[in-house]
Amino acid sequence: MNDIVQALQTAITLIVSLDANLAEIIGLSLFVSLTAVMIAVFIGLPLGAAVALLRFPGRGAVQVTLNALMGLPPVVVGLVVYLALSRAGPFGVFGLLYTPTAMIIAQVILVTPIIAALTRQVIEDLWGEYEEQLTSLGASRVRAMPTLIVDGRFSLLTAVLAGFGRATAEVGAVMMVGGNIDHVTRVMTTAIALEVSKGDLALALALGIILLAISITVGATAQAFKDRQESRGQR
Amino acid sequence: MNMPSPILPLKFDSVWFYGHDDIPLIKDFNIELNAGPRTIIVGPNGAGKSLLLRLCHGLLPPTKGQITWTSTTAQHAQAMVFQRPVLLRRSVYANIDYALSLHHVEKSQRGARIEDVLNKTGLSRHANAPARMLSFGEQQRLAIARAWALRPQILFLDEPTASLDPSATHQIEQLIQAMHDQGTKIVMTTHDLGQARRLGDEVLFLHRGRLLEQAPAEHFFTRPTNDLAQAFVTGELLWWKRGEGPRRDPKHNR
Repeated sequence: MNDIVQALQTAITLIVSLDANLAEIIGLSLFVSLTAVMIAVFIGLPLGAAVALLRFPGRGAVQVTLNALMGLPPVVVGLVVYLALSRAGPFGVFGLLYTPTAMIIAQVILVTPIIAALTRQVIEDLWGEYEEQLTSLGASRVRAMPTLIVDGRFSLLTAVLAGFGRATAEVGAVMMVGGNIDHVTRVMTTAIALEVSKGDLALALALGIILLAISITVGATAQAFKDRQESRGQR
Repeated sequence: MNMPSPILPLKFDSVWFYGHDDIPLIKDFNIELNAGPRTIIVGPNGAGKSLLLRLCHGLLPPTKGQITWTSTTAQHAQAMVFQRPVLLRRSVYANIDYALSLHHVEKSQRGARIEDVLNKTGLSRHANAPARMLSFGEQQRLAIARAWALRPQILFLDEPTASLDPSATHQIEQLIQAMHDQGTKIVMTTHDLGQARRLGDEVLFLHRGRLLEQAPAEHFFTRPTNDLAQAFVTGELLWWKRGEGPRRDPKHNR
């Protein structure tokens, strides 16, 4: 018990003193996750909206695939990206393995289906409400896509947050393709795993507290934003 | 500015519409809607009034028969106001601006048009307010303002005052009248016979998907030729049993 209390005290000291090593890990974690989520948003929002609104052969199969990919095992993604980026793989020439870029690629693959599948649901529900009016005004389904994305922005924020949660919590895939190299590809989740295996609970706890704080802060900020907009009648 | 080519008359040629399970909901409609007179569509629930409007406006295709406009540019010369206004989650101004952008109205012309219709509908002071924060009556006025801004040759209204109090109903009726005065053909459904009397120049009476009477309003309300239309005008309850013909309220069968 004393060990845990001592580790907690050390963790708080590390946070309060803005330990350089800790700050570097946090910075890289946020860079990797936010970049991955941004790319996933650019792919996932239009993809989800297109699946919701457009009629094309194989649409049902795409829907099922998107839903299935929401539960994609991270280690499988890690393995596939590892094979693709390794020297013998098709993209080996780019030398991306064990770089933050490789970690971003793995996270994009994990996050995009979540954002796309949740977007599809949101846009489909909105279309049910808007279809007659938008059609009456002369909007085609393609033209309606950006309109519905803008009007569904607050519900879609939840989809983006779910993607961000998945990205920041990810450990298996980024460990495999990033290698957890100190000062290069070490992020919060991989550092926690490493420090626990070494028995150094202080840094692991400090990182765990910060990871939790980031999740809570992002969630609370999004909620506050939604509440503010709701009170202004924009929802 | 090029004058838009006239799109009316609108012609229905043996039009049928089947719902789920192949049940005919609109049966063999042959009508012609001409520019000018305000057309009011009345009938009991399930008569097919709203469905008829949607067929006219092109929201639904007929199962059989043909619906034809005089001009091929009809889509951009018509507008529709629904019973429940569907407004985008943006400001009053932006809602109208969006509709104009869909109709390819030059950005430089939109501001004046929007201000004009906001003035006409009494919504100028709400221009920057979120549309969904307006009262229900104001939302319906905004829906009319949005339609008005498009300068349609024909406006379809599906029970636009069904959920409004008398004051809000009066405001909406005045707007409909003002649009008519500016040359827009009005086609409206209503349950309110008083409203049909106030606004109608001609009346279509529907019952169970059939057009039973099309007559000038004065004629329809004083001496309808159809038995059921007569019962409807005098306020009798009309209903039917499966497999049997329509029935009338026995209290009125004297």
